[in-house]
Formats: sequence, C-alpha cells, structure tokens
Amino acid sequence: MSTINTVAPVLDESAVRAALSEVTDPEIPTISIVDLGIVHRADVGPDGAIRVELLPTFVGCPAIELIRSAVSDRLQSFGRPVKVSVSFEIPWTSDRISPEGRERLRRSGFAPPADIGAVRCPYCDSARVAMDSIFGPTLCRSLFYCRECRQPFEAFKPI
Amino acid sequence: MTTTRSALAASIDPAAETALDELLLSMADDEFVIGFSDSEWTGIAPILEEDIAMSSLAQDELGHARAIYELLAEVRGDGQTADTIAYDREPAEYRHARLLDHGRGDWAMTIARRYLYDTADGSRLEGLATSSFAPLRELVDKIRREERYHVMHATTWLERLARYPGEPRDRITASLDELAPDAATVFTPLDGEALLVEAGVLAEPMAALEARWRATITPVFVGLDLPMPPAGPLDGGRTTHGEQFGWLWGEFTSVRRSDPGAIW
Repeated sequence: MSTINTVAPVLDESAVRAALSEVTDPEIPTISIVDLGIVHRADVGPDGAIRVELLPTFVGCPAIELIRSAVSDRLQSFGRPVKVSVSFEIPWTSDRISPEGRERLRRSGFAPPADIGAVRCPYCDSARVAMDSIFGPTLCRSLFYCRECRQPFEAFKPI
Repeated sequence: MTTTRSALAASIDPAAETALDELLLSMADDEFVIGFSDSEWTGIAPILEEDIAMSSLAQDELGHARAIYELLAEVRGDGQTADTIAYDREPAEYRHARLLDHGRGDWAMTIARRYLYDTADGSRLEGLATSSFAPLRELVDKIRREERYHVMHATTWLERLARYPGEPRDRITASLDELAPDAATVFTPLDGEALLVEAGVLAEPMAALEARWRATITPVFVGLDLPMPPAGPLDGGRTTHGEQFGWLWGEFTSVRRSDPGAIW
C-alpha cells in the first residue's frame, strides 16, 4: 500500500540527542548544548514531529535564538517537522553542566562554575585567584585574575 | 461580540485576568525602563568594570522585560507581541514605578536607584515565588537567581559610597533624599490585587510586600547611618510620569517610530 511509504520510520530519540550533541554554544564553540545542560526535552511527538525544548542559561541570553536556529538546521536531516521552543519550566542552573562539559570549559580557559572561594585557575590550577568583576563579557561569566601565573581568565557564574 | 480568551488566560480565574494583566505590565515596564536607563552608561561608566556591569545589568533587565511582555502577549492572545507592547504606547500608558523616572543622574544617583529598585523587586519576586500561575512562577524562579547578582552589586556600591566621608557620602545621601518620596512606588497597590491574592497569583497585597522590603533594608540603612525612605503616599505611583520619562520614551521608541513594523 502506498500510504505505508509515506509513514516515516521509527525515530530513536537517542539519535536526536546524538545530533544535538553536535550543536555547540556560539559563544563557546568547544562545548555542546547537551554538555551545557540547556536541552530540557528532545522527543518525537505523536504526529512524528521532533520537539526540542531549550533552557536559556540567562533569561536575556542573546545566544538562545542562534542556538534555536542551529538546532533546527541540524535536525532537518531527519526529514521530519522540527519544533524548537524555549522553556522556563525548570530553571537552567550551572549544576546542569556535565562533567565532560566542565572539563571542556577548563581546557578552553574558562573556570567551570564554583563558589567564589573555590574557583581555580584554568591554566595552572592555582587557588590564588581574585575576582576582578562579577560581570564579564557575557551574562554567564565573571572576570578573574590568577596571582600565580598572572593570567586573567573568565569563570562561569554559579547560578 | 464575544471575546475569545487565550488558552493561557483560560487557566486563571476570569475575575483576576485584568489584575494579572496589570501586574505583568507593571513588572515588565519596570524592568524595561530601568534596563534602558542603565544602558545609557555603556561606554561612559566611571571604570571599565562598571561599564561591563551596567551593560550586563541592562541586558539582564531587558531580557526579563522581554520574557514578561511575551507572557503578557500570550495571556492577551490578541495578536500583540513583546515589541508592540514595549514600543507602541504613548508615554502616559506606561506603568513603571515613578522611582525610575528621575533621569540617569550621576553615578551615586544610579546606585541609589538600583539599590532601592533591586531590593524592592526582590521582595515583589518573593511574593510571586509560589504563584498559582505556573508560567509566571517558573519565570520568577529563573529571574530571582539572576537578580541575586544585581543586589550584590548595588549593595557593594551603596556601602562603598556611604562609608567614604566627603563627596561620595554627600552624593549618595543627596541621591537617596531625591528618590525618597518615590522609593516605595514599586509597591503601588494594583487595582485588582485582592483578586490576585485570592487566586493565589500573588502571595500578599503590595502593602505587605512593602513591609517585607522595609524589614530587609532597614539593617543596611541603620548600619550605614542613612535615613530610611519615608512611607509616602503612593497615589499615581505608576501612572504619573514626569518630563524625564517623556525624554526617555522618545529615545527608546525613536527607531521603532522611524519605521513602524520594521524587522531588524
């Protein structure tokens, strides 16, 4: 029957997640949006459409629209309708960054989120660091200086 | 003519719908106006770190404003968007607190305004933390985590200026004096707030939230030997806007008015 050919094959949701792990944060291209913890839901609806819900790191994060279109572009290859939305159903918190994500941040020169007293230099691992400014180049980061290796660096805000 | 209620509006008590509209509009207008005012410091703040701080604060507040306007547009369900609500009104139709109508002023004025607003906003958000209106409760949960940094920033600067005798203390004192009559206008009672409290949207009336706010800031004012803002009449606290706002409105709507409906 010809109608059978129009029914898309069963899509494994883990395949969708795997595809999403190839989408990176436009402000930190070394970390994927999955490791960053901003993918809230990724599933296939009863109508066969792929539905993704994203949690912004900050309400005013300007990158979220870019991420939204990058997700949409990446999922086009599944040949199904794609619906990407932004949700506040649960708050994104810095605890949502995966251990792999934290390690990737560190390797890129960003201290992963920690209480001010627990921040260590991402370059030399020294604890002799000082906060220069709570606010940094993006809403989610603060400015620090390492007194050991004399390197300024950015740290993710714990939120 | 029948009016179709939006799906979101249908989730709340019809009697409280007008009051919810009023609450959301006042919150979004507050964040929008202070966010826009703070953005005036971009490039000219006293030190580089504060340039970044004020720009980040502005970005946060405008982000909050957009999210609340979007929620309001969804409640109204009449085709309006965050942009049409934010930009396509006459100055008299804005519902922000008069505390935010004093012009940018100097650095001390900016810190005084930020401190009074951030702490008042904090008490208001506390009153919405367990709101029965889920989309607002969720958004407030997220916003409160960000506002914590705003309060830290404003408090640090308030203490720094107030503790340094001479010009810093004189200026912060003069700024607090100027703002004093309007300090509590964030808590201007909403027309239908009793309905909001009854529906569980808002935990307590504005007067009770104001009392919580005063209890929070009193130790700070006492510790710095600063006079507490008086309990003033709040009549017109969100409806009477002065010339300063007329100027600000002209600024933030200038692009929009130059080419209405343009997308950029």
